[in-house]
Amino acid sequence: MEFFERFAVPHPSPLIYASMVAIGLTVIAIMAGITYFKKWGYLWREWLTTVDHKKIGIMYIISALLMLFRGGADAVMMRLQTAVPENSFLDAQHYNEVFTTHGIVMIIFMAMAFIIGLMNFAVPLQIGARDVAFPRLNAISFWLYFAGAMLFNISFVIGGSPDAGWTNYYPLASNDFSTSVGVNYYNWALQISGIGTLMTGINFIVTILKMRAPGMKLMKMPMFTWSALITNIIIVFAFPVLTIALLMGTFDRQFATHFFTTGDGGMDMMWANLFWVWGHPEVYILILPAFGIYSEVISTFSRRNLYGYKSMVASMVIISLLSFFVWVHHFFTMGQDALTNSIFSVTTMAIAIPTGIKIFNWLLTMWKGKIEFTVPMLYSVAFIPLFTIGGVTGVMLGMASADYQYHNTMFLVAHFHNVIIPGVVFAMLAGLTYWWPKMFGFKLNERIGKWGFWNLTIGFCLAFFPMYITGLDGQARRMYTYSEATGFGPLNMLSFLGAGIMAIGFIFIVYNVYYSFRYAPRNVGDDPWNARSLEWATHNPVPEYNFAITPQVNSSQAFWDSKKHGHQLFNKDDLKEIHMPNNSGLPIIMAGLFFVFGFSFVFYIWPGVILSGIGILACMAYRSFEKDDGYHISIKEIKETEDKFGGAK
Amino acid sequence: MRELFPMKQVNGFIFSLLLTIIALSVYFMDMSFELGMTILLVTAFVQAAVQLVLFMHAGESEDKSSIYTTVFYGVVIALATVFGSLLAMIWGYL
Ligand code: HEM
Ligand SMILES: [Cu+2]
Repeated sequence: MEFFERFAVPHPSPLIYASMVAIGLTVIAIMAGITYFKKWGYLWREWLTTVDHKKIGIMYIISALLMLFRGGADAVMMRLQTAVPENSFLDAQHYNEVFTTHGIVMIIFMAMAFIIGLMNFAVPLQIGARDVAFPRLNAISFWLYFAGAMLFNISFVIGGSPDAGWTNYYPLASNDFSTSVGVNYYNWALQISGIGTLMTGINFIVTILKMRAPGMKLMKMPMFTWSALITNIIIVFAFPVLTIALLMGTFDRQFATHFFTTGDGGMDMMWANLFWVWGHPEVYILILPAFGIYSEVISTFSRRNLYGYKSMVASMVIISLLSFFVWVHHFFTMGQDALTNSIFSVTTMAIAIPTGIKIFNWLLTMWKGKIEFTVPMLYSVAFIPLFTIGGVTGVMLGMASADYQYHNTMFLVAHFHNVIIPGVVFAMLAGLTYWWPKMFGFKLNERIGKWGFWNLTIGFCLAFFPMYITGLDGQARRMYTYSEATGFGPLNMLSFLGAGIMAIGFIFIVYNVYYSFRYAPRNVGDDPWNARSLEWATHNPVPEYNFAITPQVNSSQAFWDSKKHGHQLFNKDDLKEIHMPNNSGLPIIMAGLFFVFGFSFVFYIWPGVILSGIGILACMAYRSFEKDDGYHISIKEIKETEDKFGGAK
Repeated sequence: MRELFPMKQVNGFIFSLLLTIIALSVYFMDMSFELGMTILLVTAFVQAAVQLVLFMHAGESEDKSSIYTTVFYGVVIALATVFGSLLAMIWGYL
């Protein structure tokens, strides 16, 4: 019995017990459903063991949407708690846990998964490749992310959630002040999914550099692919810092080292420093793919080619470098001298310049364009002014002396939601709607989509603009309640209403998936948006080998050229046998072992750590000796498939 | 015979042994902390460069320009991180 006591939640409440029951029932229901409909074999063969970048992309996106709802539930709980003064819906401890998990779930398990999902789906298609460079590694990346996400998500029913903020500052995060296993979960969940992300970074850099279709020079890549390349370069340079910082934190908490302690030669603020060395590049990892998606969507629906292609690329390259030179702006108030702060203040301002250039490029793309307001375009158009507000408040925060006033108030919270929601979340929804027909062969309903869009946008403004005001009035972030006399009540109520409207917006989006799945017409053709880049040149939905014939590329919008200027994409004589990678069960098995490894480590169950560790090494050894040459699709089979899709391309 | 003999690598090997001996001398000789650290840092970076260029063949393939670009980019970021951290954690309080 003693053994099991460690799994108890330190601060239980009826809400948590209810969630336990709900989780248990859902798992049982899903298992029973799959068994009843005899879908285990199908799931295993087609999805769990797949190495196909399109399916992996879709699995990333499904997981991201799940996490969006987990994080969204957290958000609504926080807004409900602060809707009126002196509320007691959540106590201080639960509030701490909720804002901590909200931040991590949204950034690491929602936004990162969503961008990587869309990259997985679209990038190989945009460059005319058959898959990513290392398909098996790609599957491992996904499953490690998934294992990390699940590990993090069980924390609130087994052992207790992390509660030191998503930034997890020491000494608060040390054993002295965070006594539950929560921060161990934080360390291991992020560590495991971070390894996956790092491998994705390497995988996509190689894919984009080595696997482009003939004729596609670097400066002829579609803008989303460019943004993916830059993003992955930032990933490869930024994530190792997080890996090491997490490891040092783990050693401090679990092996009594003194990296981040206040005494004994430790440096508690070193964690904050390392966290933001990773953390600021991380926000650009999130926003650059979003910029890429907006570039694709805006040029498609303005019916013009992207204005200032070269300056778009140059500004991203500059951002990728500058984003490593600004991190100290997250702790201007730590006590370093004015000179240090000024240096980082200047670099912070400098990064706004390339960002501004991009805004003008999008505006000039739309200028004199024939704009068509589809759902993806609506998100893109709303993004421009809303993101600009977020950028401007960012520059305000970037002034070190002024930041003493804004730091850790709701003003800061308003700033980063103002860049992340219209920037990242809108882009993900735009990208999902835009590429949906490529994934599933039908369009999402435009009318319901627009309802979703308007609810989200209006809800967003109501939820976050009031925070600028209460922040300037002195409402601190992460406070679980406030007194009536502060006068924060009405504006917080407004925020709560806004959050509610956003929730309704998401319900529209989910309903749209259901509705369109049932009723949307399936004859949308291969190019439903009249688009420009290569991914639209193949069939809908995409056959497993992507392109029967490797396309010949002459510009960044080769497909448009083939439609309008008689460019020949596919040379029929090039039809050759196709070599494809085999599916493998190893990635999911390894990720399962990693999950056990992380879980055992969280609870100091050493036999579990050792056994799963050996298991992981055994998987790697097996892989080293495994002979897997993939398989070939013969010309005859390709022709048959192509005929099914209505003729070879 | 001359073409087959890897003169560059042999010289590099001797050179890297030399670097190791110099680094080791910090332990055996009596010198100030600052001098010792300087010797260690310099020999470490030269050693890394020798390994990268001579034994990991950084400069011998077609994509050597992209290899050197990446290394350069990595070094810039590493230096910025190290010196920035020193600035924010130590020098900024002097
Ligand atoms: C013009 C560009 C931007 C500037 C000048 C800027 C500036 C800043 C500054 C100075 C802070 C720290 C303020 C404080 O703690 O007192 C901050 C926080 C933050 N920013 Fe930005 N920012 C910009 C764009 C972005 C973008 C594009 C994103 C994300 C996609 C982003 C996400 C965040 C986040 C997540 C935080 C705070 C996290 C936390 O403390 O929990 N920012 N920004
Ligand atoms: Cu930042």
